Amino acid sequence: MTETLTVRIWRGKAEGRFESYEVPARANQTVLDVVTEVQRSLEPALAYRFACRVGVCGSCAMTVNGRPRWTCRTHVRRLGGEGTLTLEPLRNLPHIKDLVSDLTPFFEKWHKAGGRFAGTAGRQDPPQRVDPQSASRLAASAAIECINCAVCYSACDVVAWDQDYLGPAALNRAWTLVNDARHGAREETLDRAFAAGGCASCHSQGNCTRHCPVELSPSQSIAGLKRSTLFGPPKVGEPG
Amino acid sequence: MQPLRSHESYLAFLGHRLSGLALAVFLPFHFLALGLALEGAERLDGFLAFAELPLVKVAEWGLVTLLTLHLCFGIRVLALEFLRWPFPSDPRLRWIFPGAAAAFVVGLVFFVQIA
Repeated sequence: MTETLTVRIWRGKAEGRFESYEVPARANQTVLDVVTEVQRSLEPALAYRFACRVGVCGSCAMTVNGRPRWTCRTHVRRLGGEGTLTLEPLRNLPHIKDLVSDLTPFFEKWHKAGGRFAGTAGRQDPPQRVDPQSASRLAASAAIECINCAVCYSACDVVAWDQDYLGPAALNRAWTLVNDARHGAREETLDRAFAAGGCASCHSQGNCTRHCPVELSPSQSIAGLKRSTLFGPPKVGEPG
Repeated sequence: MQPLRSHESYLAFLGHRLSGLALAVFLPFHFLALGLALEGAERLDGFLAFAELPLVKVAEWGLVTLLTLHLCFGIRVLALEFLRWPFPSDPRLRWIFPGAAAAFVVGLVFFVQIA
């Protein structure tokens, strides 16, 4: 007899209900595999989002057993839960349908924090030299691999309390640009990160760092921004 | 507690915030007691006699413990925000248990002294 997995999935928008589905429990299945199996075999109208399935695109994040996770790299057998999965859309974002959240506010805040790179050189200029061992480049590199999955944004309680708070991902991005010698708007990015709803609103709860699937530390980046409010922006290009 | 929040760093935040709120509630009463000293010895003596009640002593013990907890967790937050991090994924988690232990020990010493 095949073992089964009970999956409770949120159906609807902000108003909705959980519906339960039974799928075969397999030796190696990710949460995304389970959702796909439900949609293909049991509930064709189920809405969810994914693209790469290998932890690069950041589009498949949802709330799994109460925690935000990237579902394509989350193996069911590592979750425990005694044969039951509870799946909801990411919190702190408007719900579009079923497991799909609207990431518009997330990316709007990313830009509001000054997240757009402003180049200072043209295509005719030689490539700018960046010392990979300089302190600023090391700080930027430690935070640069964000995949914009919004897991940290969903995990953050301050985002839940304060709709103006820019959130961990946007401030993490700002920190990478403040440390980037090639960025032409470092002061402006820093000003935006200091403004109302910026780094000063962070309460250092650490939910973002705890849940980041690629093991970045937005808490550390936000702490760096806070330090810069007192001691000035980091000097780019100095030895690490 | 939601699974999302069941980790050391969040517990430290809760401890720091709740102890801070408790101290904020205490402070007006503290200043009230000090103010009584300006209004004559009789009223102050009356308050000091009230402060000798066992229940008030237990509350004092709680206050001393919470004050130490708030101090220790506050120092951790200052370290997080002003010092370089030893590891990117470690927001000084190793400071949390010693901070809580220090609060317990200080509370214990206070309790032994008043017992």
